Amino acid sequence: MNYNWNWGVFFDPSPEGVGTYADMLLSGLLWTLATALCSWIIAFALGSIIGVMRTLPSKLANAIGTGYVELFRNIPLLVQMFLWYSVVPEILPQAWGDWLKQLPNASFYTAVVCLGFFTASRVAEQVRTGIETLARGQRMAGTALGLTTAQTYRYVLLPNAYRIILPPLTSEFLNNMKNTSVALTIGLLELTARARSMQEFSSQVFEAFTAATVIYLLISLVVVTLSGLLERRVAVPGSR
Amino acid sequence: MFSDFDLKVILSSLPYLFGTGMVFTLTLTALAASGGIVIGTLLALMRLSGIAVLAWPAKAYVNVMRSLPLVLVIFWFYFLVPYMGQWLTGASAPISVGAFTSALVTFTLFEAAYFSEIMRAGIQAIPKGQTAAAQAIGLNYRQTMATVVLPQAFRNMLPLLLTQTIVLFQDTSLVYVISLTDFLGAASKVAQRDGRLVEMYLFAAVIYLLICIVASTLVRRLQRRIAIIR
Amino acid sequence: MSATAAPAAVKPMISIDSISKWYGPVQVLKDCTTQVTKGEVVVVCGPSGSGKSTLIKTVNALEPIQKGSITVDGIGVQAKGTNLPKLRSRVGMVFQHFELFPHLSITDNLTLGQRKVLGRSNEDARTRGLKLLDRVGLSAHAHKYPGQLSGGQQQRVAIARALSMDPIVMLFDEPTSALDPEMVGEVLDVMVNLAREGMTMMVVTHEMGFARKVANRVVFMDRGEIVEDATKDDFFDKPRSDRAQTFLSKILAH
Repeated sequence: MNYNWNWGVFFDPSPEGVGTYADMLLSGLLWTLATALCSWIIAFALGSIIGVMRTLPSKLANAIGTGYVELFRNIPLLVQMFLWYSVVPEILPQAWGDWLKQLPNASFYTAVVCLGFFTASRVAEQVRTGIETLARGQRMAGTALGLTTAQTYRYVLLPNAYRIILPPLTSEFLNNMKNTSVALTIGLLELTARARSMQEFSSQVFEAFTAATVIYLLISLVVVTLSGLLERRVAVPGSR
Repeated sequence: MFSDFDLKVILSSLPYLFGTGMVFTLTLTALAASGGIVIGTLLALMRLSGIAVLAWPAKAYVNVMRSLPLVLVIFWFYFLVPYMGQWLTGASAPISVGAFTSALVTFTLFEAAYFSEIMRAGIQAIPKGQTAAAQAIGLNYRQTMATVVLPQAFRNMLPLLLTQTIVLFQDTSLVYVISLTDFLGAASKVAQRDGRLVEMYLFAAVIYLLICIVASTLVRRLQRRIAIIR
Repeated sequence: MSATAAPAAVKPMISIDSISKWYGPVQVLKDCTTQVTKGEVVVVCGPSGSGKSTLIKTVNALEPIQKGSITVDGIGVQAKGTNLPKLRSRVGMVFQHFELFPHLSITDNLTLGQRKVLGRSNEDARTRGLKLLDRVGLSAHAHKYPGQLSGGQQQRVAIARALSMDPIVMLFDEPTSALDPEMVGEVLDVMVNLAREGMTMMVVTHEMGFARKVANRVVFMDRGEIVEDATKDDFFDKPRSDRAQTFLSKILAH
């Protein structure tokens, strides 16, 4: 292959004036992590609520939950990103829209909200599956003790459901992390965006992308390891 | 707000949106899904072969692909495919391939990793007795797979394969990052040209929503039929 | 109808008054009426699918009914304005599959309801729970988790959990039918003691030995109907219906 490898490129100064290309990638990594973590908080909280709604006896709660999941699952993430970034500020009352548009780091906040709502639909499906996997008797036992519906969920159903769905939730967390790269289309300077600009400025395509690839693989490795530790920590003695 | 919502922009661009954009999206989806399922099945067979030199690379490939964001993979292949072409054809310099070819290679190889996980689960779910029975009547490995195991696995997994294809259909919108004109790309171009972002993005969202809901409803119906027959 | 209809002065603890229940087009309970007075032990039996488990679950409204009414200690179960969680907390229930909460230790299983429903302090709940655990002979297992106990032990904990709420009546829904045969005895022993101490009990079971030993009355159900509602002696010695005779001959054959 007639390609000029130059692994030293990471220590060349970046065109930004401060720091090297390596610093540039590091800053991208931090934005990726910040976006992934902040959006996960929304996704986890909202997804749990929506997922629980889909298991409640109330028809209305069910319909809202189902509607939410169908809406956010059936529109491509990139389209949702554009909607939050370009459309929402326009259809809000003008003062709010203007305020949104002048926010510093608008693309970060937009990405966090967009990914949070998007991933919530996936978390909701996992939570619903987890609760439905539990024997119907568990709900009855809680009810028979005199626990209210809210208490039955809080003390009986959810602690068990979360344990069951920990592995798929880990996948959703990683998917959410990977999806932060879609936010480069609205100007978020996350890891993939940084690798891309490094490629543009330095022309060292494969070094830039290899570095980004290795970083993503490392994040996956760390997350999977941590999740495994967490799984062991919360494992109930005597459960198969 | 919606007071100046301009429906005409949408109407006048319909031929472009569907004739160019949607045709591109559907072509890419269909080709990448077919290729992805074939390669994915091969990867699954490699992983289940019990032969380390086959299983290990297949496992590494699938795990690496599944750990990377699709956007990054699109960039990778955008620059890598010309070199792959050079290597395959023995040319003296990286050959220039169209952006469509590049996208097709990307999506085929990327989705193959996901399809392979589905096929692997499908093959593993076929009872061992089936393989034993096939071998007992004298079929060799290739015949056993081709006539007994894979047809059953494929049939059982069809709903999941189709669901993954719907995901792929949505994912193709990411060709935006290499400036291709798929359905979203077409909508985006009109939006930028006419300054009509609200109309065009909402319209694109509604079309995607409709297509995906109809498609997943059909898949669910198919799933119920398969469940009954079995 | 019942041979031992409660004297007028004694208010029934549980009164089931011509209730009916449908699952879609299928009627699973047909105009069922019976009563349990204070201190009484009533065994409900019948072939599988006869509706006996459904009947007992209507008492604390785990299964809704479409017709008729039920009162527990004078409180209407279906009545609007009834505080169901409070009512349920006074009705102990033991399930076929134990339904201990797998993620909670035995102690926490025993205290959850006391703390969250009755508002007892951690200390009080713990003291009460451990006392009952001792009563079912499992003090040594307080720190364990349900998955670490045998089926029989789990069911004894489940009984202690129900008792920890100081119920006025106990419902048992086939408490021994999910157990390995060698564990049935330990659970029945606990139930027999409970009956002898005067607990009001409604028990769905096939264990006719238990019925002979402690039951006051036997309710026999078939296809959603209460076919027979008699004193223990009448039921075993001279069952009136063919269906009850067939059932008894089958179940006592071995």
